[in-house]
Amino acid sequence: MSVAKKLSLELKNDMTHQKATKKELMQYYRDMLLIRRFEERAGQLYGTGEIAGFCHLYIGQEAVVVGMQSVLSDKDSVITAYRDHGHMLACGMDPNGVMAELTGRSGGYSKGKGGSMHMFSAEKNFYGGHGIVGAQIPLGAGLAFAHRYREDGGLCATYFGDGSANQGQVYEAFNMASLWKLPVIFILENNGYAMGTSVNRHAAGGDLSKRGEAFGIRGYKVDGMDILAVKAAGQTAVDHVRSGKGPILLEMNTYRYRGHSMSDPATYRTKDEVDGMKNQRDPIEAVKTLLESDHGIKAEDLKTIDKETREICKEAAEFALKSPLPDPAELYTDILLETEAETQSRKADPSASASAEASPSPVPASKDSNDINW
Amino acid sequence: MAITTVREALRDAMAEEMRADKDVFLMGEEVAEYNGAYKVSQGLLDEFGSKRVIDTPITEYGFAGIGVGAAYAGLKPIVEFMTFNFAMQAIDHIINSAAKTLYMSGGQMGCPIVFRGPNGAAARVGAQHSQCFASWYAHCPGLKVIAPYSAADAKGLLKAAIRDPNPVIFLENELLYGESFDIPEGDDHIVPIGKAAVIREGTDVTVTAFSLMVGKALKAADELEKQGISAEIIDLRTIRPLDRATIITSLKKTNRLVSVEEGWPFAGIGSELAALAMEEAFDYLDAPITRVTGEDVPMPYAKNLEDLAVPQIDRIIKAAKEVCYKK
Repeated sequence: MSVAKKLSLELKNDMTHQKATKKELMQYYRDMLLIRRFEERAGQLYGTGEIAGFCHLYIGQEAVVVGMQSVLSDKDSVITAYRDHGHMLACGMDPNGVMAELTGRSGGYSKGKGGSMHMFSAEKNFYGGHGIVGAQIPLGAGLAFAHRYREDGGLCATYFGDGSANQGQVYEAFNMASLWKLPVIFILENNGYAMGTSVNRHAAGGDLSKRGEAFGIRGYKVDGMDILAVKAAGQTAVDHVRSGKGPILLEMNTYRYRGHSMSDPATYRTKDEVDGMKNQRDPIEAVKTLLESDHGIKAEDLKTIDKETREICKEAAEFALKSPLPDPAELYTDILLETEAETQSRKADPSASASAEASPSPVPASKDSNDINW
Repeated sequence: MAITTVREALRDAMAEEMRADKDVFLMGEEVAEYNGAYKVSQGLLDEFGSKRVIDTPITEYGFAGIGVGAAYAGLKPIVEFMTFNFAMQAIDHIINSAAKTLYMSGGQMGCPIVFRGPNGAAARVGAQHSQCFASWYAHCPGLKVIAPYSAADAKGLLKAAIRDPNPVIFLENELLYGESFDIPEGDDHIVPIGKAAVIREGTDVTVTAFSLMVGKALKAADELEKQGISAEIIDLRTIRPLDRATIITSLKKTNRLVSVEEGWPFAGIGSELAALAMEEAFDYLDAPITRVTGEDVPMPYAKNLEDLAVPQIDRIIKAAKEVCYKK
């Protein structure tokens, strides 16, 4: 059996579907569509050279982050790897700020200094955006450690891919997270490929949802193309983690339609395989069908949403191209934060530079008319 | 003033800062129930409990990452490495996750964390346990790197490091833990990061050193004085940011510089000081800058070879005499 058939037929799911209201489904449709249209626009800007370097699109995987986000609360924190645009939008970050970061402009979330793979929002509890495969997993356990240390009731949603599931530090983090019962949900987005190496060529043992078992971490396989399955799994995980039982692992079986990054033609997959997923398992089409068949939503209503999301992404692209390049002076800011002593001496003698590298803390975003404020 | 060992000074620094700030906690291998592999955290578990003094498994990459994640959230972790040799397993989180995040986030997300533990050669533990990491970490923007010698500096600088909003590498030395020094009493003894100290004034040659090598440089200065050479000894204390002004001021007075460090010569701290002298005091130099470093070899185990590999007092004396053109 080809990989294509395996993937499309065997997206396993340990969860029963959860019902969702019409209103919820409409919201999921909108949120997933926003990610898809945003990524399509980012892909276009990459094609015209406005976005450079590495750019990893999330198209196909939208149900995972939108479904998970629907069961999280504002006090929770989120961290992921470099395929992060979808996660940022799902966390409520401004598409303008995300797109402007992709184009390396001053209006970007990191003032143009982070790029596609390194973006953060302190306000939205989004902790990156990490370019080192697997690094976000102990970092996420650390965020969970802080939730428990402060007893704030929050948890950390820690996303990673099937590729990073083979990094040693994943198991170091699993061990401590379970030992210390940290409030963390490990969300393994298994899209079938670690860059160009398919999961059956890179992962021994076959079942990634069992990778936490030796550490006492219960794992579930979830159909990550089905947002209601994701939501059900997410709710189970949230209940488990919030009750103080420690971490849980959700293996989301999903699929990316595009290459690993914009520079990957993805010749390691057949057209049939990709088309099979797009045509049979598309997460957005599934919600659309549900809305039309079960809730009497008309195609016209959905077209309106499509138009609105396209407009948001068009505006984001315009903002991202209009936003100025970072001021050259930004080269040497944000390297170190000022200490209290440095702040005091700077205030006492503004002409004296306490430290060549230290910046006042925290650095507010520029209030220029072309910049956004978050 | 009170007489205190470096070990106790470090413990007191952590205890005082933990009393003052509930966000400060200590994690690492054997820091709690064992009271520290080198007994630096003696008594901390008893006072602060297991929530704030946390034994980790032997898993440096993992617990360094957990510490950094906690620091992203605003806690102030002190991460102890049993030795900095083991921090090589964790260096990705130290550099990529801790040092770069403030910049990559456009100033939104700091990382107030201290990585501390013994650095450099101890005695007879061979190549994998005997290495100085000062120049490795000092290479990286976004980090502060401290390597104290005396107990007073160990305490004052560790307190400053814990209060610092940035990631700090705090390099201790196992051979210094048991050394006793005078130290100011009270819990308000802070030593600012980024300031070197002229610990012995002299007129003929400037000798810079840090950590264990400061003691050797002082002994060398005693001997040099007997031979008619007045050496000014600078304890760098902080490697990054380097106190360029103190070094250059001294160099302009003595016109000669000997750099002493335990690490390897290539791209070491001495190389940086040589570049600094050329850039900022070229016209004041009366002799080439001379480096006294660890030999450019992995640390041997045999006693005689180890003694040859580590900078000794006689090599410092020889270097000082050479730059003074005295035999």
